[in-house]
Amino acid sequence: MTGSPLAAEIKPTVSGAPWRERAEEALIPPLVALLVALICGDLLILSYGQSPAAVYRLLLEGTWGNAYGFGQVLYKATTLAFTGLAVSFGLRAGLFNIGGESQLAAGGFAAALTGLALPVGTPLILALPLCMIAAGAAGGVAGSVPAYLKTRFGAHEVIVTIMLNFIVLALLNWFIAGHLHVPETLHTPEIHAGVLPRLADISPQFHGSAANLALIVAVLAAGVVWFYLFRSRGGYDLRAVGLQPSAAEYGGISVGRVWLRALTLSGMIAGIGGINYVLGYKHYYEDGFASGAGFMGIAVALVGRNHPIGVLVAAFFFATLSQGGLAIHAFVPKQMMDVLQGVVILAVAVSVPEVRRILRGARRRSDA
Amino acid sequence: MKEREAAVRLSGIEKSFGAIMANHGASLEVMPGEIHALVGENGAGKSTLMRILGGLMKPDAGRVEVNGRDVTGWSTNDAIAAGIGIVHQHFMLVPTLSVAENLVLGCEPKTRGVVLDYNRAADDVRKLSSETGLVIAPERLVSDLSVGEAQRVEILKVLFRGARILVLDEPTAVLSPPEVRELWAVLRRLRDKGNTIVLITHRLDEVVELSDTITVMRAGQTVARIKTSETTPAEIARLMVGREVSLSAGKRVQPIARPTNVRPDQGLDVRNLGITGSHGVRVVDGVTFKVQPGEILGIAGVEGNGQTELIEALAGLRTVAGGEILIDGNDITRRSVAIRHDAGLSHIPEDRHRRGLILEYTVADNLILGLQKHFAKRGVIDGDRVLENALEEISSFDIRPPNPVLPARALSGGNQQKVVVAREMGRSFSVLLASQPTRGVDVGAIEFIHQQLLDARAKGKAILLVSAELNEVLALSDRIAVMYRGKFAVVMPSAEASEEVLGEYMIGTKKGNAA
Repeated sequence: MTGSPLAAEIKPTVSGAPWRERAEEALIPPLVALLVALICGDLLILSYGQSPAAVYRLLLEGTWGNAYGFGQVLYKATTLAFTGLAVSFGLRAGLFNIGGESQLAAGGFAAALTGLALPVGTPLILALPLCMIAAGAAGGVAGSVPAYLKTRFGAHEVIVTIMLNFIVLALLNWFIAGHLHVPETLHTPEIHAGVLPRLADISPQFHGSAANLALIVAVLAAGVVWFYLFRSRGGYDLRAVGLQPSAAEYGGISVGRVWLRALTLSGMIAGIGGINYVLGYKHYYEDGFASGAGFMGIAVALVGRNHPIGVLVAAFFFATLSQGGLAIHAFVPKQMMDVLQGVVILAVAVSVPEVRRILRGARRRSDA
Repeated sequence: MKEREAAVRLSGIEKSFGAIMANHGASLEVMPGEIHALVGENGAGKSTLMRILGGLMKPDAGRVEVNGRDVTGWSTNDAIAAGIGIVHQHFMLVPTLSVAENLVLGCEPKTRGVVLDYNRAADDVRKLSSETGLVIAPERLVSDLSVGEAQRVEILKVLFRGARILVLDEPTAVLSPPEVRELWAVLRRLRDKGNTIVLITHRLDEVVELSDTITVMRAGQTVARIKTSETTPAEIARLMVGREVSLSAGKRVQPIARPTNVRPDQGLDVRNLGITGSHGVRVVDGVTFKVQPGEILGIAGVEGNGQTELIEALAGLRTVAGGEILIDGNDITRRSVAIRHDAGLSHIPEDRHRRGLILEYTVADNLILGLQKHFAKRGVIDGDRVLENALEEISSFDIRPPNPVLPARALSGGNQQKVVVAREMGRSFSVLLASQPTRGVDVGAIEFIHQQLLDARAKGKAILLVSAELNEVLALSDRIAVMYRGKFAVVMPSAEASEEVLGEYMIGTKKGNAA
């Protein structure tokens, strides 16, 4: 019965206005935010008596301009991609996961334990999945606790995930300091198996940078998250709960079960991010390695508009700023980059509804 | 009488929102020192008219006069300064502040211009309390107040700002009977002190008890202005719900031959259902009924008498306090929404924005809400089938614009409703709950949806219809139940019912046969 004439009649609209509209609404706010940040950056640089052009050139040279810098950007982007995906996944279900910090640390810790437990010489094809499962499980457990408390007692996930950060990080610290550390340090011994090849192993000009195979895992993870959110029944339910819980309930979706699933999976994604540092870079778990990356994930999700592709781009962008801060250190304090990050986040947060309203107004005028 | 200046005179008011005419030739004349009831069905335009009076909206045409002065198009601040105080249906109080702090909010008395003079604020409140009889301790926190007390604070708040013309929007919707009586006493006292009161309501018993004059609105228009002493509830009800032009007026469904091979337990069977509401009140109290295959049972009643709660409980969206619900003989009283779907329940919810649709989702995605599992294989949704299904429903229900990937938000209200109806009537079901199925829908779509319901009835579906439109209930139902204060006041064959008869049960002047 699906008459092809009707389908043909619809097609132009499908590829036409709504898509352009959606692309505009997705892209313009971050671009406006970037512009605002650039202007603020100019003013800051000028206030140090430096030339903005020179500083930005230096920033680009130090990040994208040479293989080492670019590798470092990719390395940093990898962890941010995982924590950003984790936060955005929760937000799609209407939940704010602020526990990325501890979930990432727990994941890294579990990956290190697994790598230590495996016999020397375990092939990567076996060791990597095992480490990832362990990391995901650890992050998932950390994520499921607030989810359970929310569904069972109505405890707000923001409070619980924040508080759980302290508990989990303190527990890990106690494990490391009391039981597992190499003397005089706060890290575990080197893992026996699961070491990821670095980019430098494939292409020597990346020598010295920490970028590694976890980058591929991050991109794949973004793909999996995209597929789950937009193609699976679970994702349909999850987004429905995030957008309109009472309609989801009406549609036979168990809101509590979706919350439980969403926060657990969110924790798992953050947890798997731990492999970037542990398997890819240092080959051991070190106390405090996750510091900041979990919270940065919130900014990445925000700027990435909770879309997996957006998250990857935002992770790359924030990693560039962070690495760029080191490159321009000679001219301006590297904390300037922290300020710029803050400006971008604020500008995105403000510009989303603002820019939308302007876009809608412009469209209405052009329609009229 | 004639020489007296009207306190409020609105004449020839026009106001439209897009294609919807909220006010179309609305007028209102309120004399000083009277309690004036503004009645009408939901969507008759009462609230819009009051918003125009309060300066929250500007009319497209017409004239607003207060105490003889032309104030058309004034602002909220002008309205407040002129002594108009609107008490909204939803409380606008800060729960963490005390009564006194809430009252002085925005015009706080201060010592040396900085520090809040708390004692003076409390004294002011106490003084106003004793003058009006709205007794409330100024130091209590608003969050500790009962609903009735919070409303008293709302009224005090507008009086505190010097209001002499009070507009109360559905003030009794949330009150218990003793609180209602107290409120009446307060309003009478305020009137006797020379205040003018406009009472918006659709509960006719209140109108008759309290008001001096009544203005009836219907479909955005003022249809009557009568002295309360010269009318009857039945007449008001007729003015409220009657339509000069109505597609379904006078039409009645013909009884159809019931399917013969029906088992006695088929259809919907509700036994002694009880539901407890938010304030511990029994909102549905011992309701028992059956809907048989091939039958439409219509539930009439003034809104807020438990219909919403009843439907939500049947749909699995509200827990029941007691009783049983059976579909085709299966007890589903405590089953999940999903299990009820499988048992053969379909549900057109009364609020399409909150329940029926996910506005950000596309039309195609909305058309599978509740049916996800039938469109998924091993957890993956089959996009082609979703689109195919959407194109089918769009063409058979004439959903416009015929674009399955448009977000539901972009559709007009009528077309949004068609999406909901298409989905719920398109699935396989044996029992349909149709709650306000044509609310906010244009005339053509109403006819279409009515035909769909009758077709489903002819196919042997059991249909429970709840509607605020008496015409709709009368035109479609085989039997009609009237719900009043959580109970079925009466259940009668449609052939014996008329607007007049139903109206009397609806306002409780007549008690009926039903348990």
